[in-house]
Amino acid sequence: MSETQLIFQLSHPGRSATSQAPKALSDDKLSAIPAHLRRKQKPALPEVSEMQVVRHYTNLSSKNFAIDKQFYPLGSCTMKYNPRGANRAAMLPGFLNRHPLAPESHSQGFLSCMFELQNFLKEVTGMKGVSLAPMAGAQGEFAGVAMIRAYHEARGDEARTEILIPEAAHGTNPATAVMCGYKVREVPVGKDGDVDLEALKEACGPQTAGLMMTNPSTCGVFERQIEAISKAVHEAGGLLYYDGANLNAILGKVRPGDMGFDVIHMNLHKTFATPHGGGGPGAGPVGVSERLLPYLPTPMAGQRDDGSYHWVDSDTLDTSIGHLSAFMGNAGVLLRAYFYARSLGREGMIRVGEFSTLAANYLLKRLEAVGCTAAYPDRRASHEFILTFAKEAKELGVTAMDIAKRLLDYNQHAPTTYFPLLVPECFLIEPTETESKEALDEFVDAMAAILEEARSEPDMVKEAPFTQPVRRLDDVKAARELDLTWTD
Amino acid sequence: MPYIPHTPDDVRAMLDAIGADSIEDLFDEIPAHLKAAGKLDALPEGLSEMDVTRLMNERAAMDAGAVSFIGAGAYQHHIPAAVWEIATRGEFYTAYTPYQAEASQGTLQVIYEFQTLMTRLTAMDVSNASVYDGASGLAEAVLMSLRANRKSKSRKVLVPAALNPRYTSATQAIVENQDVALETVPFCQEKGQTLVDSLKPHEGEDFAALVISQPNYFGSLEEVDALTDWAHANGMLVIAVVNPTAMALITPPGEWGAEGADIVVGEGQPLGVPLSSGGPYFGFMCCKQKYVRQMPGRIIGRTVDMEGKQGFTLTLQAREQHIRRSKATSNICTNQGLAMTAATIYTSLLGPDGLTNVAAHSHANTQALADKLTAIDGVERAFVAPTFHEVVLTLPKPADQVLVALAEKDVLGGVSLANDYGMANAILVNATEVHSEQDLQLFEQALKEVLA
Repeated sequence: MSETQLIFQLSHPGRSATSQAPKALSDDKLSAIPAHLRRKQKPALPEVSEMQVVRHYTNLSSKNFAIDKQFYPLGSCTMKYNPRGANRAAMLPGFLNRHPLAPESHSQGFLSCMFELQNFLKEVTGMKGVSLAPMAGAQGEFAGVAMIRAYHEARGDEARTEILIPEAAHGTNPATAVMCGYKVREVPVGKDGDVDLEALKEACGPQTAGLMMTNPSTCGVFERQIEAISKAVHEAGGLLYYDGANLNAILGKVRPGDMGFDVIHMNLHKTFATPHGGGGPGAGPVGVSERLLPYLPTPMAGQRDDGSYHWVDSDTLDTSIGHLSAFMGNAGVLLRAYFYARSLGREGMIRVGEFSTLAANYLLKRLEAVGCTAAYPDRRASHEFILTFAKEAKELGVTAMDIAKRLLDYNQHAPTTYFPLLVPECFLIEPTETESKEALDEFVDAMAAILEEARSEPDMVKEAPFTQPVRRLDDVKAARELDLTWTD
Repeated sequence: MPYIPHTPDDVRAMLDAIGADSIEDLFDEIPAHLKAAGKLDALPEGLSEMDVTRLMNERAAMDAGAVSFIGAGAYQHHIPAAVWEIATRGEFYTAYTPYQAEASQGTLQVIYEFQTLMTRLTAMDVSNASVYDGASGLAEAVLMSLRANRKSKSRKVLVPAALNPRYTSATQAIVENQDVALETVPFCQEKGQTLVDSLKPHEGEDFAALVISQPNYFGSLEEVDALTDWAHANGMLVIAVVNPTAMALITPPGEWGAEGADIVVGEGQPLGVPLSSGGPYFGFMCCKQKYVRQMPGRIIGRTVDMEGKQGFTLTLQAREQHIRRSKATSNICTNQGLAMTAATIYTSLLGPDGLTNVAAHSHANTQALADKLTAIDGVERAFVAPTFHEVVLTLPKPADQVLVALAEKDVLGGVSLANDYGMANAILVNATEVHSEQDLQLFEQALKEVLA
C-alpha cells in the first residue's frame, strides 16, 4: 500500500470546502471584540476540498484492522461484534441534539433509558446501586477507589493507606490507587494462577483500605478462593474492588455482588458491545454494595412516584464523591449499551458468559493440539487464556512479539502480548462469543503455520509483517527524535 | 441467538474437542452456591432490532422539538454530513487502541494530524491524542502542573470563580485525594472578568499554576496577557482553558503575554461532535515542548519502518500506566478516539476560513440575540466585558421560574446562575451559526410573553 500524504500536504491556499461554512462576515460585525484580543494570523489549518477530505480519511481508514474486517482476539479487551443497530439508535436526532443541561421536561426519553440501564446493570452484577457517570474503565476504577476512601474517611478510619493488588493486575489498578492517594502493595500469584492466599492474609491489616482484583483474573482463570479472599480482606476492615475487565466471562453465570465485592466497575465497551473507536470513547459505570451507596458519583437518573424521571445530583446526595466530567459521562456510549441490553434481554445475557467461555476453551484445546503451550494447562479457561512461547524464544529465537507480527500477515489481529507480566513470552487470547467456529479454526490454522515457519524459517518470522502498510517501526527513533506534529 | 453464530452442531463439535459434556461443565471451577441461576429475573425479554429501534425512537422523540439557547460548555454547531459518515466507518468505529502499529496506521496517522491541528489552533508546541472531556482534562492539567513546575513546592492552584463551575467541581473531585487544593479568585461584579487586582493578594505566595479561562463561563473575554504575565512573574505556570471555535478569532494561548501559556486544555465538542446529552466528547491537551514528558495520555510520533518508510507509532509510553503502573503520569489508558477522529475531519473540512466564519457568526448572532432581548423592559446585560458567543442577562423575575415558563413554549432559554453564583435573576445564553433570525425572534417573543 502506498504512503498516504498528510492532510496538510494536500493544502492549497484559497481552496475550501465552501458549502460547509457560513459566508464570511464583514469585520464591523466583530467590532465588539477588542483588537488586542483578536488573533493576528489565521490558524494554519488545511485548505482542501470536501472530496479531498472524504477521500483522504476513507483511504486512511483502510489502513486499520477492525472487528468489522478481522478476527481480533485481544485478551481482556472483549473485541466482540458491535451491533450497527445500536449505533443508529444512539444517533437518533432526539438523542443527538439533546443538550446535557436541557430541563427535565425535555429529557424524559433519555432519562428513562438511563434509569433502566442502571437497573439492568444492578441486576446482572448483583450490586445495590449503579452510577453511569465514569467515562472509561480507568475512570470507573478511580470512582471505585475514591468511594472506598470516602467510606473509610466518613468512619474516621484514617489509618488505611494501602491498596492491595495481585501482581497479575492491569496497570491501571496501581495507577488508580496512586491517583486516589494510596500506596500500592502487590500480592503474589501462585503457579496455578490463583492468588497466594497466605501471602494475602499476611498483607492484610489495619493499613488495608481495600483489594482490587479481576475475576476471572488476568491469568484467564476463575479465582477459586474468592470467598476466602473476601473474608480475609473484610475481616481486616478493607473493602473489595472488582475490576470488570473480564465481566464478559461470567455474565449471567455468577455475580460480583454475590462473590462479596463492595464496588465494581464495568467496561461497557467490552461487555456491552459498544465500539472501541480506535481507542475510545468507552464507558465505565460503577456498582456498589449497600454501604457505598452514599458515595456514588453524580449525576444519576432517578424516578419519582408518579413515574417521571429526574436527575439525582450532588445537591441531594451531598456525600457523593462528586462529578467526574462536566456533564453526565459518555451518554452516547450508554445509549448503545442500552440498545444491546434490550436486544439481548435475560436469556441473551446468560448466553454471553456461556458462549464466550465455550469459544475460549475450544480455541485453547485446539491450539494445544497444534503445539502451543498453555500457561495453566490444568485449569479451565475462562473467556480467555494464556499461551507462553518461552520455549520458542529460547530454542528458536522467535518471540511472542515475532509471532504476533506474523499473525498480521495471516490477516489475524494479534492477541494481547506480554501481559500479564508474570508469564514470559505470553499471548492473552480472548475470542468472544460472536466469532464463528470457522473463524476460530482459521486462527488455529494460522498459528500452526507460524509455528512451522518458526522452526523452518525463523529469520523470516523475526522480520514480519510483510503485508501491512508499513514494516516494523523504529520506536527508538520515535522516542529519541520526537516528531509529534507536522511542519510544512 | 442475537450475535452468537453457533449452531447446535457447532456446539457439540466444540464440546467434543474440549472433552466436556455440556457448557455448564465449563463453569465447574466456580463454587456452585455462588452461581447466578434464577437471579436475573428483573431483566426483560430480548427484543429484535426492529423493536428496540421503535422503542428508542419513541424515547428520542420525547426529547426533540425545542429551540435551544443553552451553551455553558457544550455548543450546537452545524456538523458536515461527511464527518460522522466517515468516523463511523467500521474501520475506525470497531478498531482497538493502536498497539499493533503496523495494523493501525489509519488511526495513528489521524491522531498525528489531530495533534498537529490542535497545536496550530492553540499556537502550542505539542498535543496529546485527547483525554475524556474538557473538565477532566483540567484535572489532568492541574496534576501535570504540579509535576512540571519544578520551582514550586506548592500543591495549590489558583482557579478563577468565573471558570465553568462544572470544571471546578469535577477537577476538585479528581485531584482532592492527592491533597491538591484549588483556591478561588473572585471575578469583577461589574465587568464579569478576572482582574489582576484580584490576584494581588496572592503576590509572593507559592502556587503551582494559575488557571485562565478564555472566554470564561460568562462568555466574557479575559485580559489574558496581563493575567499570564502576572502568573509567570510570580513563579506559576499558566493553564489555559479555551473554546476551540473561539481560537479562530481570539489570540491563542501560545501567544498570551510575553511567554505564552504553559498548558492548554479545553472541551473539543464544538469541533464536529454532537451535543448528545454530554458525551462522548473529548478534551484536548497541549503544552510547551519542555513539559511533554509530564503530559498524561497517549501521544503519537512520526518515525520510519525498517525500510525507511514513514510510519506512525505510540511514543513516550514510559509515562503511561501499562508500562509504569503506579508511577505513571495518570491512570488514563484511552483517548476519546472516535470523537477526536470526527474533530480531525471537521477541522479539515472547515479549514481556516470556515472555522473563522463559524466563530464570527456565533459571535454576531449572540450579539444580535442580546440586543433583541435587552430591548425588553427589565432585561439587561449583567456585565460590561466584551463577549465571544455567550452572554449573561439579568431578568426582572427569578431565572429558574422564567426558564420553566420558556421551556413550556419549547424555548430552552439558557442556564440559570442562581445555584452556582447566587445570581437569582441571571441567565447565561448562547447562540451560534445554527440559529436563524426566526429562532432569535422566537426567543424574543417567548421572553416578552413570559415577562409580561
